This record gives sequence, structure tokens and C-alpha cells, in this order.
Amino acid sequence: MIVAEQKPLQNIKSMLKDSRKVLAVGCGSCVTVCFAGGAKELAVLSSALRLSAGAEGKALDVDEVMVQRQCENEFIEPLADNIESYDAILSLGCGVGVQTLAERYPRKKILPALDTSFMGAPTELGVWEERCIGCGNCLLHLTGGICPITRCAKQLLNGPCGGSENGTCEIDENTPCAWAAIWKQVDDLGDMDELMGVLPPKDWSTGRDGGPRRIIRDDLRPPGSDNT
Amino acid sequence: MQHSIKNETADTESLKSDGNLERVLAAGHFAVTAELGPPKSPNPEIIRGKARLLKGLADAVNVTDNQTAVVRMSSLATAILAAQEGLEPVMQMTCRDRNRLALQSDLLGGGAHGIRNVLCLSGDHQSFGNHPGAKNVHDIDSMQLTFMIKEMRDENRFQCGEEIPGGGPRFFIGAAANPFADPVDLRPLRLAKKVAAGADFIQTQPVFDSARFKKYMNRVVELRIHEKTAILAGVGPLKSSAMARYMRDRVPGMKVPEEFVARMDGAVEGIAKEDKAARRDVWRAEGIKICIEQIQRMREIEGVAGVHVMAIEWEEAVKPIIEGAGLWPRPVIGE
Repeated sequence: MIVAEQKPLQNIKSMLKDSRKVLAVGCGSCVTVCFAGGAKELAVLSSALRLSAGAEGKALDVDEVMVQRQCENEFIEPLADNIESYDAILSLGCGVGVQTLAERYPRKKILPALDTSFMGAPTELGVWEERCIGCGNCLLHLTGGICPITRCAKQLLNGPCGGSENGTCEIDENTPCAWAAIWKQVDDLGDMDELMGVLPPKDWSTGRDGGPRRIIRDDLRPPGSDNT
Repeated sequence: MQHSIKNETADTESLKSDGNLERVLAAGHFAVTAELGPPKSPNPEIIRGKARLLKGLADAVNVTDNQTAVVRMSSLATAILAAQEGLEPVMQMTCRDRNRLALQSDLLGGGAHGIRNVLCLSGDHQSFGNHPGAKNVHDIDSMQLTFMIKEMRDENRFQCGEEIPGGGPRFFIGAAANPFADPVDLRPLRLAKKVAAGADFIQTQPVFDSARFKKYMNRVVELRIHEKTAILAGVGPLKSSAMARYMRDRVPGMKVPEEFVARMDGAVEGIAKEDKAARRDVWRAEGIKICIEQIQRMREIEGVAGVHVMAIEWEEAVKPIIEGAGLWPRPVIGE
């Protein structure tokens, strides 16, 4: 899932300093699951903004609405009915949600209430860890199911570096060394020989370095549509 | 004062570079490399001063590349200045700050300026340096860099496969090894990978724990890795008790035995804390003495082809260390 965190209240207030009537939009997908932008967080943040504005003697109306997925037009279309009455839209979606709103409602100021952090998974109660950077060319079959592009601080393809100590990374004792884990896992699977070759330089053009990416699935396109 | 070994000429046909370090190793000598850290300023006099302290003491001198992720003069520019002063540089290159385009263009530049040795490194993480908010590159890793330089030299090809017009730069290719980092069992295997990628020589992290290093080397010799590459064991003088403790406790992958900490402590026994100059002098003398002993231990370990003396920001120490270890004068091999 996409994991995000709410921005500090002070930052959100600062973004809203010229606004009088705000629509706060929660999202029912990833950010609900990671407790950053779901119905509960939407209610708490909206109340905090109202209370804070009241205490400072400012007029600020905050309305709340949940959508199931901010990243798809069909889910944000119903907002069209009332959107003109707001002078700002505060999105509690991830960066994709914010941009989908901004594209659909180009005349509105769309503000991010969250910092979108990474694609990851919960590892313990209240802990999320990054697992994928979306490089567009998965090599998990070569690395025991552990991604070194995401989980090694130096993105080494032929690690570990000299800073690996007791299974942890030199940058932080709470960060496991991805390559120590990879060697152990591959060894446990009895495939150690597979790690003895040198992995060649990666083609990053399938990642963010190739520019914003797009996937076109001909099998899903309507007949006669332009597939370029 | 330098003696010339008259009848010794390297078999230049089989040499990969045109460098002194490779010649010394090819002639079977126990090699010595040292280190020159570029300044945090554009002042060439600092480099010239350090070069004068190191001249004639080592077969080649490593020029570090933004070491500990702190901005300094580039290793290429410093290496050129060092070469002008009569040193043979080993241009260090990390994968942290440059992508494959920049690395290759600097390799072409280094080749044009007569740099003959290069050391391939991942690079210390930027969070340890003075720009912790920097974006790191790591387009390729140190092993891929090693292979890329080998391909440029042996196949006259850029990493993309395109031919290098007129032939690629001819470097003697080095890589680093940390025999003490975890997972320990894996380290000889990873060394074998680096050698397979094209490492002609290896410089290790400073060795303080000789017994542990010997175990590592036993495995290296068993795997016959030492026959395919020249392994230079890292050594370095301790400057004080505090430095010994810091290296023991704080430097990742560094093992400093208690014995050395105790010796550094013992050296200043009976000298008042206030007498800083006296304490500094005896500490430094003891550090140099320990370093000389370490070199002797390294010479006795099978598979060790030389030493890499890391006297960081203490270039003055190199002369007494090399002389004390009986490694001076350095051989001069005819072309």
C-alpha cells in the first residue's frame, strides 16, 4: 500500500491562512489502512482546524467528505456539485489523490494534508516499512524476495558494503542490512551459487529516471481508441 | 637516496597499465601505498605540501574522493596536482556522487592526465557527512564500476557497449575490502566477486585485529583469490587513546583489540593531563610503533602482497612508519 503521514497541524494551518471555507476530503483506500487520511483522521483534523481557528478568532468553515478512492475520477466526480462554494480543498489523500483532484478541478486550490512517504507494509502494530520503489524492472527473483533497490541505503546490487554490522546497516542500528538478509535467505534456500555472479548495471529507464511513467494495456482499451 | 634495482624490468607486454604500482607488484616486491586527503579548499599548496611529505615513500598514493561524505577538492583534480609533484596517484572513485556518465568522463580525463590507478568504492553514506540532505546517486555499485573500468580498458568499450575511439584508458584497477564487516563468512566470497569483476589489486580497511585478519586470509588463500589479485593490507597509526577507543567503539566494521587501547593508555601513564604536548608526542610515538609492528605481522601472512598505510591527516607519520618497517627505499622498476 501507499503509506503516508499527516503534515504538522501548523503547516496545514499555514496553507489555509487565506481560506474561509474549506472542504476536507478523506480517502477510503491506502491512507485509511495506514491511519493517515481515513474517516477518523478526517474528523480529527477538521475539528482541530475549527478549534484552532476559533481560538485565534478566525472565521474558518471546514466541511468533511469521504471518497472511496481519490485517485480515480469516477469517485471524485460527485464533489463537482458543491465544489464551487469552497475556496480551498484540503486533500487527505496521497500525492496521487491530490493530483487527481487538481486535474479534475483545475480552478480550485488543492492542498495536501499528508506527506506521501512510500510503498510499504505494516511490520508491527504502528510500524510501516518501505518495500518497493516501483523501479519498473523487478529483480526479487534474484535476491531472495528482498529488494536491495528499496532496502539498501546505497541501492547496491552486489552488496553488502563494508558497513554491515550484526545484520544492521551503518546508517542506523534500527535498519536491517538488506544484503545480509539477502545472503542469508538465498543461502537458506540453498541457492548460494546464484549470488556468486556480478549483477550488471541496472537499466533505470523503467524507473523514475525515464520520466513520468505510463502503462497502456491494449486489452483493456476501448475499441478504436488511440493507444499511443 | 633512492636505489634503483638495475636489472629489474617489468614485462611491459603483460602489464595492464603503465603505472609504477603494477610494475612493483609484477616484479614481486612487497608494495606500499599511502593516502593523501584532498583539502576542503581550492588551495593547491596544501596538496603540494602533503605530496612533499609522501614523495618516494610509497609506490602509489591514494587520493580520496569526498571521504566520509564531506566535500573536498575532487579526487581527479587532486590526483593531477599530486602527479605534478612526482607522486603516482590512485584516484579513488565513489558511486555516491556520480552516475555512469560522470564516472566515465572523469575516467577519460584521468587517463588523459596520466593517472594510472583507480580505486572503486561505494562511498560512505551521505548521512555521515556535511551535506546529509544530499541525494545519493548509486547508479552503479563499486563492483559494477570495477567491471566498467575493466571493459573500458580491455574491450575499449563504454558501459553502453559503444566503442571508445582510439582505445580506452588503461587503469590498474583497485577495489576495497573490509575483512571485519559482517557477515564475516561472506567476506572472502564477496572479495572473489570483486576480483572476478576485474579488481587487479585490493586495499583492505585498517587491520588492528591480526588474528582475525589471518583467518580471513586463510580462507582467501584457500579460494586462491590472492593468485588473481594483489592484496594490500590496510594499516594505520593510532594518534591517541581517544582515537583508539573511537575506532573500537564507533567505526562500523572496525575491530580494535583491547591490547592496543591499553598500550595507548599505558604510554601516557605518569604524564600530567595538563601536559598536552608531551602526551601527544608519546601517543604518536606509540601509535607509529604499533603500526610498524602491524606491518611486520602483515608481511608474515600468506597472500598479503603489500600494505596500504592510512595516516589520515597525518602524512608526517608515513616516513617513520615506512622506514621503521624496513620498507624504504622503495624499488624503482625500469620501463
